[in-house]
Amino acid sequence: MQEFLQSINYMQLLYAFIVGGIICIIGQILIDKTKLTPARILVIYVTAGAILGGLGIYQYLVDFAGAGATVPLTGFGYNLAKGAKEAVDQYGFVGAFIGGTKAAAGGIAAAVFFGYIASLISKPKMKKQ
Amino acid sequence: MDNPQDTKKSYQDYIDKKSPNSPIIKNCFNAFWVGGLICMIGQIINAFCKYKGLDTQIAGTIVSIILIGISAFLTGLNIFNKIGKFAGAGSLIPITGFANSIVSPAMEYKSEGYVMGVGAKMFTVAGPVLVYGISSSVLVGIIYFIFR
Repeated sequence: MQEFLQSINYMQLLYAFIVGGIICIIGQILIDKTKLTPARILVIYVTAGAILGGLGIYQYLVDFAGAGATVPLTGFGYNLAKGAKEAVDQYGFVGAFIGGTKAAAGGIAAAVFFGYIASLISKPKMKKQ
Repeated sequence: MDNPQDTKKSYQDYIDKKSPNSPIIKNCFNAFWVGGLICMIGQIINAFCKYKGLDTQIAGTIVSIILIGISAFLTGLNIFNKIGKFAGAGSLIPITGFANSIVSPAMEYKSEGYVMGVGAKMFTVAGPVLVYGISSSVLVGIIYFIFR
């Protein structure tokens, strides 16, 4: 444990905090200043991440801030786009259809599985009138 | 009788007038530190995976799985909604918001059954996210294939 704590790059932790926080502030401004629903904001974020990832721009942010860039939903889009590009390198044209979902498979499966289990064990709360 | 649209509009005007101007600063501050904290937790998990010798791709996947798992269960226990009310985009924008968007409608429509209730409503928000995310990734792949 001691060894692990020494191995942590604390500057990177700080960058993750700041960059992740700023990405969330942008979302908060969208919520407060526009009439966009959360669903639309999430869609905008994932698409923006995929485009910036496809252009190779988001990679710089990931190199700089690590999880600060990959944990927000833009990072999900970036991961999809990066996977698609890597799979094209590997398999050619068909890779465009394989790579994205493959790279995000763990997250998608976890979201479906844990989401389903959590819904089963939850008690539906009474709607307040 | 009042037109319901008018009532709604005047109510909105009333809200706009009554609500103070400052909350956006407060909201942004809360979004910043909660969102930053979630990302920092992700970075610590990531660092631990790297320390254990896992590669970047797997480490990132493990971070997603853990954060998604935690927020799914916090939503099921009605704790996440309280965090969400406080943090706004701070808990919506990280991958935790994606998990929350799956569990929340599924819980709400549980009474409609396990297939068309839970099974279908899980994707009210997550569905569009996957549609646009995966479609853009396919487009990125095709464009990359043509121009690489």
